[in-house]
Amino acid sequence: MNPFSSGTRLRDMIRAIRACKTAAEERAVIRKECASIRAAISDNDQTFRHRNLAKLMFIHMLGYPTHFGQMECLKLIAAPGFAEKRIGYLGLMLLLDERQEVLMLVTNSLKQDLNQNNQHIVGLALCALGNICSADMARDLAPEVEKLLQFRDPNIRKKAALCSIRIIKKVPDLADNFVDPVVSLLKEKHHGVLLTGIQLCTDLCKVNEEALEYFRKKCTEGLVRSLKDVVNSPYVPEYDISGIADPFLHIRLLRVLRILGHGDADASDCMSDILAQVATKTESHKNAGNAILYECVGTIMSVEDNGGLRVLAINILGRFLSNRDNNIRYVALNMLMKAIAVDAQAVQRHRATILECVKDLDASIRKRALELVYLLVNESNVKPLMKELVDYLEVSDQGFKGDLTAKICSIVEKFSPDKIWYIDQMLKVLSEAGNFVKASVWHALVVVITNASNLQGYSVRSLYRAIQISRDQETLIRVAVWCIGEYGDMLVNNIEMLDIEEPITVTESDAVDVVEIAIKNHSLNLTTRAMCLIALLKLSSRFPSCSQRIKEIIAQYKGSLLLELQQRSVEFNSIIGKHKNIRSALVERMPVLDEATYNGRRARSASAAVSTSLEFASNLSNGVIARTDVAPLVDLLDMGADEPVPPCSSGGNFLLDLIDVDMPSSSSQSDVLLDLLSAWSPPPQKGSPTTDIILLNQDDKPSVNALDILSSSMVPSGEAKPTGPYMMDLLDVFGPNPATPEESGPTFPPIVAYESSALTIIFNFSKRPENPQMTDIEAMFTNKSSDVYTDFVFQAAVPKVNA
Amino acid sequence: MIRAVIVMNDQGKPRLVKFYEHQPVEKQQEIIRSIYGVLCSRAENVSNFVQADSTFGPDTRLVYKTFATLYFIVIFDDSENELAILDLMQVFVETLDKCFSNVCELDIVFNFNKVHTILDEIILGGQVIEMSSSEVVKAVDGISWLEKNPNSIIRVPKSISGWQGR
Repeated sequence: MNPFSSGTRLRDMIRAIRACKTAAEERAVIRKECASIRAAISDNDQTFRHRNLAKLMFIHMLGYPTHFGQMECLKLIAAPGFAEKRIGYLGLMLLLDERQEVLMLVTNSLKQDLNQNNQHIVGLALCALGNICSADMARDLAPEVEKLLQFRDPNIRKKAALCSIRIIKKVPDLADNFVDPVVSLLKEKHHGVLLTGIQLCTDLCKVNEEALEYFRKKCTEGLVRSLKDVVNSPYVPEYDISGIADPFLHIRLLRVLRILGHGDADASDCMSDILAQVATKTESHKNAGNAILYECVGTIMSVEDNGGLRVLAINILGRFLSNRDNNIRYVALNMLMKAIAVDAQAVQRHRATILECVKDLDASIRKRALELVYLLVNESNVKPLMKELVDYLEVSDQGFKGDLTAKICSIVEKFSPDKIWYIDQMLKVLSEAGNFVKASVWHALVVVITNASNLQGYSVRSLYRAIQISRDQETLIRVAVWCIGEYGDMLVNNIEMLDIEEPITVTESDAVDVVEIAIKNHSLNLTTRAMCLIALLKLSSRFPSCSQRIKEIIAQYKGSLLLELQQRSVEFNSIIGKHKNIRSALVERMPVLDEATYNGRRARSASAAVSTSLEFASNLSNGVIARTDVAPLVDLLDMGADEPVPPCSSGGNFLLDLIDVDMPSSSSQSDVLLDLLSAWSPPPQKGSPTTDIILLNQDDKPSVNALDILSSSMVPSGEAKPTGPYMMDLLDVFGPNPATPEESGPTFPPIVAYESSALTIIFNFSKRPENPQMTDIEAMFTNKSSDVYTDFVFQAAVPKVNA
Repeated sequence: MIRAVIVMNDQGKPRLVKFYEHQPVEKQQEIIRSIYGVLCSRAENVSNFVQADSTFGPDTRLVYKTFATLYFIVIFDDSENELAILDLMQVFVETLDKCFSNVCELDIVFNFNKVHTILDEIILGGQVIEMSSSEVVKAVDGISWLEKNPNSIIRVPKSISGWQGR
């Protein structure tokens, strides 16, 4: 006998583990115990086998591996003594699972025990089978279990019924065998047996359509009668739970009626009386009574239409909603979620109460209620609902703001009746919970503002007011700074005043103040501060009186340790200092982003599909292709990677804004290439960092590198390569000869996209006269080798632009 | 069906762990830890329900109840009635109380396999067998008696079933 295992009893081991002060100590104790148990196992020690297994179960509960004890379970189960068997079965349920092959070995012992005369042994075996039965075991042992459904002792009948549930779930084919036994179980008078019989019936109906039909025909009336008996039964102290006789049986009966009545008018009709009785007569002061009412409501909701009952049910839920007990309110919300599919109108009546639940102290209730409110919103009630939610946003606790903000934004985007309302609501959300707003949401807001030409003045003024009050909401600052940069003149001059607005007096220097405060705020994100620099650059041209001051602010960042800020500062400083003549054109207002395109892209990026097939590339309009190539340049010149306005369908225009230093009016231009050209018209100004970057194509080598780096940093996949050369070509073709395309008007000459000894790809461009924004690209592939190409795949990588 | 029953103390130490769908040991511990994290952060006087979708799949709920230093936790899916599960927990605790006469945490720690036996008389394979605590106590007593009198099986099998059948 092993000296260790004889020593410690289970109790001693638990005591030793409890005495451990640290996790390391605990591990040491358990290691020692496991070692001695292993030793005992290898010695085939019998005396302490069941004690060791009990120890292992405790160790297992604490989360340590115990697989080495699995065989011990089987040995104990096969043992003749009851104590050994009991521990063996417990171990079997805890330590093993149905996927293990060891389990096959236990089938025979189970079979023997199921045929025992002693009810407790049979009970143990049934319990184990019900917990861990596998499909194979189910097939082998189903006949035994079926027999036990008629065992003399009711306890065994109960267990056999539940065990059958496991069997039919594992092997649905066996369902047929259990249909007849269930019919007799349903006639039982014993509470427990009836309860489990009903449960088995419910599960049979779920797995087998025929069984459902059979029970519906044969048993609906019987079950309705049983429910009547239970409801009207005299007091049974044994099954009493807080004054209600056997609530669980009520619930099980209602549950099975729910399945039988679903989709069947006759069955539903048959049970409507008793449902009405339960719904009206049940005592609702105690939890048990409410549980029955709750189940009854669920049944009424899923059986076939009966207007009167539905009203009753929704009213019960209404009562639940105003109950003081949190649990009751929680389940009411749960049920209303389901009821909304059946009768949305009735649920709407309780909107006010539900809205109160959004403000509940309890996080579970708040969450449910918010989900429900989200389902309740429609065009007609969005305004009052939103007012409530936004008001609540002010006082809600931090943990809940994220959820709440996301839902509000989603509702506003989905249901806004007009743009001004949309902008108003978004501003409120940004001021209250700007830090919880997702990037895509405020990007969409910017898109809406750029598109609403009559609301830009209003927006910038509202943003200015909002930012005076809440200065710590980062996304609000971003949107405000962006709008002030773009529409600063509208802010100062009260342009496009709406009737509802109060005029405000903002001086040019006030507007610059806002941006200056933001850029000096070190708690803000780098992107925000970089956006401030751009806004300043734009303002320097819009507010000539502040030009000097802005120059000074920008110059402060020349020495910034943050590369992004430093670079922008140096570049912008030189634009302000040395290029007065081009500045105003350079900081033109951003071109309007096409909302449809933006939303489309947003949806696409949501599905995370960046298609790389040729089909995709060739189907895209020019704008998108242009974006492919232009985006990195743009980013380098002007924008941070997550700038609010990525170049969109008008990618060409965009480049023009940045590069076209000559043309006074950007709107006359729709062509990337013309824009590029115009950049070359004046003599390039050496020494300016901006121009240096544009001049990439004067020298072949560095441009390839620079662009390669750019494109690979933009393209997440490893397919950056095609983009690099292509971009280079795009610039290259025109670099040496700036005059030609100007003469040839708004057409592109063909581009050699790729050339090797085996393959040439040439892109031909053509404009559609009816839609100058669109460019058709025709790709021509020439096989220069002698081989035949099969399965030829052309992939074009499109840099993902953060939108 | 009921997916799991867990009893843990207010320090997060598991005292009874029973999963009705197999979970590897590591996963079990992870679940216990995450549940403890959620329960700790809940205020008093709030509802007893928590969504458990993240660990157990859609439409699963967790209901908990505190008794002295112990959390009783049941995880179940939408085929169970939430409020009835609350009653079930009450039955479980009442039964423990009857079996151990004034149950406390230590009783459960040192007699965890008896607690398992009690639980197995209430829930089988995730389904409720019995809601009457007196019935459960009767069954558990029968098992205990048999364990202490091992010879009775061989000698008087009929008498035992007769004894139980009263």
